[in-house]
Amino acid sequence: MSHPYLEIIKLKKNYGLKPVLRGVDLVVEQGQRVALLGANGAGKTTLLRVLAGLAEPDGGQVCIDGRDMLHDEPQARRAVGFVTHQPYIYDDLTVMENLLFFARMYGVKQRHERARALLERVGLFKRANERASALSRGQSQRLALARALLHSPRLLLLDEPDTGLDEEGVALLEAILNEQTRNGGAVLFTTHQLAHALQWSDQIGLLRGGRMAWFRETRSLETSSAREVYSEALL
Amino acid sequence: MIFLEQTLAILWKDIRCELRSKQTWMGMGMFALLVLVIFNFAFDLRVDNKAAIAPGALWVAFVFASLLGLGRTITAEREKGLMDRLLLCPVDRKAIYLAKLLGNLLFIGVVEVVALPVFAALFNVPLFGALLPIVLLGTLGVAAIGTLFSAMAAATHARELLLPVLVFPLIVPVVIGAVRATGDLMVVSPNAPPWLGLMIAFDVIFLSASMLTFEFVIKE
Repeated sequence: MSHPYLEIIKLKKNYGLKPVLRGVDLVVEQGQRVALLGANGAGKTTLLRVLAGLAEPDGGQVCIDGRDMLHDEPQARRAVGFVTHQPYIYDDLTVMENLLFFARMYGVKQRHERARALLERVGLFKRANERASALSRGQSQRLALARALLHSPRLLLLDEPDTGLDEEGVALLEAILNEQTRNGGAVLFTTHQLAHALQWSDQIGLLRGGRMAWFRETRSLETSSAREVYSEALL
Repeated sequence: MIFLEQTLAILWKDIRCELRSKQTWMGMGMFALLVLVIFNFAFDLRVDNKAAIAPGALWVAFVFASLLGLGRTITAEREKGLMDRLLLCPVDRKAIYLAKLLGNLLFIGVVEVVALPVFAALFNVPLFGALLPIVLLGTLGVAAIGTLFSAMAAATHARELLLPVLVFPLIVPVVIGAVRATGDLMVVSPNAPPWLGLMIAFDVIFLSASMLTFEFVIKE
């Protein structure tokens, strides 16, 4: 039986005096993929940053696998893999060194084997010894994806992961999301591509003005009605 | 054990990146050498005033060159969004501070190793073995504070201006101690205060305070 893997209760976050999240509630269960849609500035990235532990909430509660994010941060952090829309990799390190560095930071056992396997998985094995600065935007994004999977996180957070990926990269991303949930993990991702949200998710939420304006099961949606709601939200 | 492993991993990464980019070491080294050369030409050095001028010139070169490097420590990583990647890892923030501090000490140390013989040649002073603890303690004091405040300044837009403004007032005691202790090596003063003791006390206090506060400085 699945259980809530991520629980967000009345989450609030302000930047200065400006409220960005105004009491977001969300539950992601084990084996679920949830897509978050919303216009620019709706609070999608801020929500993921709070969940990843990069920003401190001003109110509310976040539980990851039953652990309170605020009180058991290091353990909760271990359970999360985060991919941002910018790859953020060390340009002066090689592709392999980038992965080995983060593997050491996460205390991954047999890190060389794990790094090699992931590079093969994302199609970068042949470029393992090249500087990361030599990678294209899409290849850097693939490396970022491999890095997020290094420590086998139970919860995968992805902020516009489809940015800069070619068709093959998008297919790879979809396969990885499927694997993640098949293996009992959970996925929460943001995107501006409604088609990707409909294709990759089990549930879709729509953030507007820092609140969850709308939340539905993907299979209950007709593409046309989803498009209508989405267009309305962007206004 | 994991603390040490993570500290060494960050240090290894910083050294490797610096060896490949050569941005910080080269800049710091050139700056220190230029300061020493300029001071050498700017002052009319004689045997009787050498002990008053040379230690000051040496430490001005070290401190300014250090600030150049310290400014890059965390700024470069923050500008590229890489600090967030590091903070995402389940790593004790003290390990990040310690790794950055060790990296800074290493970078500054290399610059000092290059600059000291040049200083000795230009100012015609012998290099005493007793200079080693003074240089170590002085550099540790500057780097301990500089590493903490470089994290603070990196989060602001005016980081290049802010870092020296924040750091200089705080390092005054350790710089005075280092300059006086270096001067005492050239002209022995019988009633000199225990400068090394002052520097040790300064380093212990600011190193502990920096370790404890780094977590709050680095947080968004």
